[in-house]
Amino acid sequence: MKYGYYPGCTLHQQAEEFDVTTRESARALGIELEELDSWQCCGAVFPLATDAVINLAAPFRALAAAYEAGVELVTVCAGCLNVLRRTNNLVQNDDETRDKLVDFVEEDYAGEGRVHHLLELLRDEVGFESVSERTKRDLNGLRIAPYYGCLLLRPPDEMEFDDAEDPQILENMLAGIGAHPVSYPLRMDCCGAYLPIGELEERRNRAAVAVMRSASAAGAEAIVTSCPLCAHNLEQCAQDVPGAEMLPVLYFSQVLAYALGLDADSCGLEPDGLHAGVCEKIGIGEVK
Amino acid sequence: MKLTRHGLHSEMIEKIERISGEEISKCYQCGKCSAGCPVAQEMGTLPHRVVRHLQLGQDERAFEAEAVWFCTSCHTCESRCPKGFDLSRVMEALRAVLLRRGEAPVRPEDLPAELFAAAPQQAIVSCYRKYVS
Repeated sequence: MKYGYYPGCTLHQQAEEFDVTTRESARALGIELEELDSWQCCGAVFPLATDAVINLAAPFRALAAAYEAGVELVTVCAGCLNVLRRTNNLVQNDDETRDKLVDFVEEDYAGEGRVHHLLELLRDEVGFESVSERTKRDLNGLRIAPYYGCLLLRPPDEMEFDDAEDPQILENMLAGIGAHPVSYPLRMDCCGAYLPIGELEERRNRAAVAVMRSASAAGAEAIVTSCPLCAHNLEQCAQDVPGAEMLPVLYFSQVLAYALGLDADSCGLEPDGLHAGVCEKIGIGEVK
Repeated sequence: MKLTRHGLHSEMIEKIERISGEEISKCYQCGKCSAGCPVAQEMGTLPHRVVRHLQLGQDERAFEAEAVWFCTSCHTCESRCPKGFDLSRVMEALRAVLLRRGEAPVRPEDLPAELFAAAPQQAIVSCYRKYVS
């Protein structure tokens, strides 16, 4: 089935490896992703003020464009998923806001479309068993801490991403590709989001440090996430966490694409740098 | 302090209720939001206390609380609230009123240049949305 791909602004800039490995993973699994002809940044945060309707115009336009093109949307950025899915819910359920958006954007859209995360398609359409059968590399039981953070899961009744109190989708995907998912207490806690960006915490982000230490104490060798902001905050922990407790941070799609046969370089893995430990464990190079 | 019916129903509190879509009196102060808040340690005033100030008609004390800016809209409070009260929306309403008054905590020109090279676009955009306008 063909889907409309919404990469979001970060995947076109700072998180190119997230974009490349998402496209390659989808291709290897028979999911056709075609980037929308025209899209702009979703706004990164869903507006919680009921009168901030203008902030919904960009996600509304992307949703309407996908519907017009006859495709359902796919994204992997947790921020984009959160904004697009919640905007779609709002458009379906709030007639007054929908009418304002229809008039402003000049697209007749009433929330008929759907927004998927790639992981949901792997679980529901492809099936993790089938993903497992198509792997070309063994991850050698690499101990990976799946980090959900906030945006994929909350608010639970709007996101309906997985069991918001005990999500397993990342764990099941990781187990399917030969990694060993590590259980740790802070996998669903907030990373501090934009606090350190606005320097409200003077760059010391205790929330992210707590998450990093929690994963490290559980014996993980790497953390995976689906959120560029989480990834950034976790990477910035290096200034406050001793080297031995600091884990490499990867997007879930990087390990997925590697298991599916994409070369380490294209996956953004750095055997001589940040990912030396990971690469040593998974034995960069050979394909089954 | 002396509580009066007038104080409990200020125009500002009605405005916060309109912007947030939440009924301030719904909160019965159990404190579960503060107990689970991942950034509570950074907040001078705990999240449920901010709501208490609003319930008591002390809206200026709510506006002054650092918690307003430290809330990351992670929705942990909402997902655990026994009353189904969405505190994230109340915090956003407080931020919205301050930002619309021009009282922004962050000025883009003060942010270091290296941040724009290192931080993901998502981080910059969300920071602007929450702290600039």
